[in-house]
Amino acid sequence: MSFSNDSLHFQYVVSKDDFTHAGSASSDVKNKLKKMNVDAAAVRKVSIAMYEGEINMIIHAYGGTIDVDIYEDRIVMCLKDTGPGIANIEEAMQEGFSTAPADVINLGFGAGMGLPNMRSNSDEFNIESEVGVGTTVTMTIYFNPA
Amino acid sequence: MTVSELIDKNIFTLLNDGGNHDTALKGCYCCDLLSIAMGHAPEGCIWVTVMNNVNTLAVASLAECGCVVLACDVVADDAFLAKAKEQNITVFKTDLPVFDAALKAHECL
Repeated sequence: MSFSNDSLHFQYVVSKDDFTHAGSASSDVKNKLKKMNVDAAAVRKVSIAMYEGEINMIIHAYGGTIDVDIYEDRIVMCLKDTGPGIANIEEAMQEGFSTAPADVINLGFGAGMGLPNMRSNSDEFNIESEVGVGTTVTMTIYFNPA
Repeated sequence: MTVSELIDKNIFTLLNDGGNHDTALKGCYCCDLLSIAMGHAPEGCIWVTVMNNVNTLAVASLAECGCVVLACDVVADDAFLAKAKEQNITVFKTDLPVFDAALKAHECL
């Protein structure tokens, strides 16, 4: 954890194929937001969006980092992986589109809802990807005033 | 109905007591696809599923499900039970199919 002028910053490392710890980063952020008395609706949106991102990195990427900045009125989550990258982002954003392998589907994933869930639960969503380089997803969720 | 009351009904076998006895159970939810459940499982629901891996528990915790019911007599392995204990999630099992298990729980609400 580090402090900047107006946000709390946390970084989480996500490893490829580490299904055992999947959700631990999301769970940690959720607990922090609850302790900060962030409204329940926003906490749920953050939990869904970040968990889906975490799972995507575990299933599809070679690993990466999630940088989380919590401000007074919002949270910004930046998920950055080191590849392999997405060839067709428009196709990947469609509900039901999945490239998950059979063993991952057997775990209950691969419904093609990851990126759509991330976008629908974010107030601001941006995805950039380059094949052979990696994918960066930035999601912002605003808190509701108490 | 609370989690404690569902335990007392004895309609399912209790595998892990998550200690959330006063949590109000607001309905039943049936789903085996975790991304669907993550986005749609209502807070405080009785989640009935056959998906018996630790990721089910991660979703249950993040979505704040009231409890998990493993249907169709699926087996909860040691890793699953350890995770349930660690995450304080109440887990039941039953040999009933998913629909019948949810119906039985629903009739208790």
